[in-house]
Order: sequence, then structure tokens, then C-alpha cells
Amino acid sequence: MAHASSLTRSRRRSAWIFLIPMLVILAAVAGWPLLRTFYFGFTDANLSDLSTYKFIGIENFYAVYDGEAYGLLTDPEWWQAVWNTLFFSVISVSLETALGMVVALVLNQNFRGRGLVRAAVLIPWAIPTIVSARMWNWMLHDQFGIINDMLMKLGILSAPIAWTASPDWARSAVILVDVWKTTPFMALLILAALQMLPGDCYEAARVDGIHPVRVFFKVTLPLIKPAVMVAVIFRALDALRVFDVIYVLTPNNPQTTTMSVYARQQLVDFQEVGYGSAASTLLFVVIAFCIMAYIMVGRVRLDEGGH
Amino acid sequence: MNAKARKYLRKLAFWLLVAVIVLFAVFPFYYAILTSFETGSALFDVNYLPESFSLINYVSVFKGQPFGHNIFNSIFVSFLVVALSLLLGVTASYALARVKFAGRGLLLVTILSVSMFPQVAVLSGMFELIRGLGLYNSMFGLAISYMMLTLPFTVWVLTAFMRDLPRELEEAAVMDGATPWIVIRRVFLPVMWPAMVTTGLLAFIAAWNEFLFALTFTLTDDKRTVPVAIALISGASQHEMPWGNIMAASVIVTLPLIVLVLIFQRRIVSGLTAGAVKG
Repeated sequence: MAHASSLTRSRRRSAWIFLIPMLVILAAVAGWPLLRTFYFGFTDANLSDLSTYKFIGIENFYAVYDGEAYGLLTDPEWWQAVWNTLFFSVISVSLETALGMVVALVLNQNFRGRGLVRAAVLIPWAIPTIVSARMWNWMLHDQFGIINDMLMKLGILSAPIAWTASPDWARSAVILVDVWKTTPFMALLILAALQMLPGDCYEAARVDGIHPVRVFFKVTLPLIKPAVMVAVIFRALDALRVFDVIYVLTPNNPQTTTMSVYARQQLVDFQEVGYGSAASTLLFVVIAFCIMAYIMVGRVRLDEGGH
Repeated sequence: MNAKARKYLRKLAFWLLVAVIVLFAVFPFYYAILTSFETGSALFDVNYLPESFSLINYVSVFKGQPFGHNIFNSIFVSFLVVALSLLLGVTASYALARVKFAGRGLLLVTILSVSMFPQVAVLSGMFELIRGLGLYNSMFGLAISYMMLTLPFTVWVLTAFMRDLPRELEEAAVMDGATPWIVIRRVFLPVMWPAMVTTGLLAFIAAWNEFLFALTFTLTDDKRTVPVAIALISGASQHEMPWGNIMAASVIVTLPLIVLVLIFQRRIVSGLTAGAVKG
């Protein structure tokens, strides 16, 4: 008895010895920078000299001088960036979920060449975001792009469109590229959920002659809903912090500037570490708020489904 | 007859859908390859099938900028990140999966929550850290910052895998008085390699593709990684973009990834779903 407990104790001790290097590194490269960024948000730090700065309270967020309000909360560009981010996230994650569902349902069928199709679907996921943005940049080129050429040959367009430069189309272009790149991820997660479903209820539905579409909405969808909800959280977290694709595809376009792009611009291009960190902090808050709201709303819906 | 026709029609619709999915997924990369072989005015004539085959772009992309350096940097950083993540991940996940102690669940959730940090939210703190360590514009600085991206899911997936291994596996070794380090090396490592290949691949792809940190924490062209190098290729003006070079560079950095993905398809899929579904 005494032997076992000393063994347990020594196991626990070595467990902590194994854990500590990982925890120290994680704290140093994630926890500490996060806290420092929060702190910088309340200072007037500048990138050219990060060692001297002073605490200025909430002035980066809101300040009034001579009756005029300044700060992030009064900056229409920031709120435009918040709106752009939310718009982008909601539309692209919805499209990815819908298309991912279609692709997953196809891959869940037994047909010849399924492995090849799955491999093909994985290709966009493997391509670096920067490379995919560049590739689409070229395909969407206003003069020499193949997309304009296709649409004009099909008679859908009468004149080429400047997809990435025009304010009206830049948003669609960014969403298109993101949907192309990340639908595979969604499809794979949904496919994994589909493959865990029991076969017998389908057998019963087939014997009863229920239409497959009805089976999908009455049986399949409720069963895979929890997995889809989790997949949506993962994608939403990614979409809400989107940076790469916008930086390359539609730089300097106010219609597609997201929170991450705005914060980095303040931090690096304008060297305003204090103000940029304040934006980073707000970004963190906005994302946390969105995800919590989603989880709460999602749970409410799950309850309704259960009753 | 009517039922038969409907069956064929349904089959046709299914294969049409498969064709659309494959075409949509593959076409942009196909078109990038096509463009990368074109030079001069051929570049600006839209064509759907290969018409010319010239390797000039593949040569010139290495001349205009230190692209060889960039590729080396990316390989170096990615391997360093994979090695560090696996080393720290395997030992930590042994502790998290096989040893019971108070606060274990909370610790796992905390580790997972790190993977939800937006990169921009740590940017200024990370910049200060990397500069403070004297690692600005260095591959080691990048590797350190990438640990934030790779370590949480490495620990998470390896822990999930290790937890499912039978208890008898280590019992004999522990009875013989083996230290935990020996248990990990002799007992777990030999059966862990599938999970390590999966997480290693995911970490490699994450490091290879990362952009924001690489853009912010490096300064000179010879210290860039490939995504940054490709993003910064530009012409004399906006209308003189060297699209042939850009596409050649894109194909060069993407081809190894696609080969990896095709070879390890099943492992990657199982890793992605283990990381997400169990989360």
C-alpha cells in the first residue's frame, strides 16, 4: 500500500517534470504576449522604441479633447472593419457549411474513384493561403483573367469586371477564395460525423420508402448537428481573424479591411503599438463575444430540437 | 421504363456533381501550372489547355530574389517547429494521458484555448518578446512564435491518442522499475509513430503556410519564408506583375505539400478530425 502510493507520487512528480517545459514555452509564447498586448493597449507605445512608453488609461479606446471624441470606439474605420469581418465570417462560414455538407454527402457514397475525389478535394486545403490568394488573383485579373474570359464566353458578362479592385466585387472575391480554400476542411469534418452514423435507421427508412431528401432532414441532419456545430466554431474562429487572403488579394480596400488587417496596419505600418494593441484587444473581445453568443444560441436550438 | 430512366438520370446528376466538385477543387492549381510554363505575350492570352512549355519562369524566379534562401528558411523553420512540437508534445501528453493528477482537465482545456487565440491579439507582445530575445529577423524567432500555433493541437491530439492505448502496455515496464522517461522511449514511442506522423505533418503544414508572424518578424529578403516571399513579389508597377514568376514560385512551394497530402491522406484526415471532433 505504502509502496503503491510512493509510486503514484513519483509518477505525479515526473508528470510535472514532463509538463513544465511545455507549459513554460506555451506561457512564454502565448500567455505572456497576450497579456503584454492587452497592456500595450493602455499605453502610448511606439514601434520605433518599445522600451519607453507611458500608461494613458483608456485614451486609445476613447478620449475627449476640446469637446471632440477620439479613440478606437469613435473611429468609423474600425467599425467598418468590424462589420467587414462579421459580414465575411457569416457569409463564408455559411457557404462553407452548405457546400461542405454537399461534398461530404457525395464522399459518403460508395462509388468508383472515391479515393481520387477525396484527394482532389484535399488539394485546396493543402495549398498555402498566400499561394491560393495569388492564384485566384491571377484568375480574377481584370484584363487577362480566365474568370472574366469564361463568363464572357458563356455570355454571362458583357464586359470584364475588376474583381479584386472594385469596391462592389472585392468582398465577393475574398469570400470566393476563402470558400474554395476551406470547404475541404468542413467537408472532412462532416464526413467523419456521417461515417459514425448507425446504418440501421437508414435501412428502416429505405424499407418504408421514405424519400432520401426527407431522410436527410429528419434523420441525418439532427444526428450530425452536434459535430457540425463544433466544426462551425472552428471555422468561425478562423474566419473572424482572417488576414492572409485579404492582405494579398485586396490590399488597401476599405470594403474588405478586417479587424486583423486594421490592427496590424496600426501596429506595423503606422508604428502605433498602443493604438494597434487596443484594436487587437477589442478584436479578442469581439471574437470571444461572437463565439460565446454562438454557443449559447446553439444550445438553445439544441434544446428545442430535443423537445 | 420511366423508373429506369429516372435511375439513369439520377446517376448522371450524381456524376455531374462529382465532376463539378473535382473541377472546382483542382482547376486553380492546374491553371497555375499552365501559366507557369508560359512567357511573353502567351502569358496574356487566356487558354484552357497547355499550349507552351518553357521553364524560363522557374529559372528567373531564383534570379530576381533570394528564392533559394527563402525555400531553405521555410524548410529549416518547419523542421525545427515539428521537432520541438513533437518533443514537448510527446512528453507532455504522456503526463496528461497516463498520470492522474488534480487539475488535469482544466489544464487540457487551457492548452486547447490557446489554439483559439487570434494571432493579431498577441502580435505586439510577441514582437517585444522576440526583439527582447535578440531574435528579430531570425529563423529561431519565427520557430519560437510558431510554437503558439502548433503546440496546443500537438499536445491535444497526442493526448487523445495516448489515452486510448491499453493500460497493460506500460504496467509491466513500471513494475520492472522503469523510469517514466524510459517508459516513453521504450514503450510508447514504438506504438506512437502513427499519431506522431499525423501531428508532425499538421505542424509542418502550419509552419510552412504561416504568413502573419513571418511577415512581421522578418525584415530582409534573405530572411523571408516562402509565403512572404511570394506575397511580396511585385513588378515595377501594378500593371507589370511578373505573373509567370509568381505562378512558378507557387507551384514550387505547393507541389511538395500536395505530394505529402496525397501520400498521407488518411493520416491527415484522421488528425484533423481527432483534433476537432474530440474538442
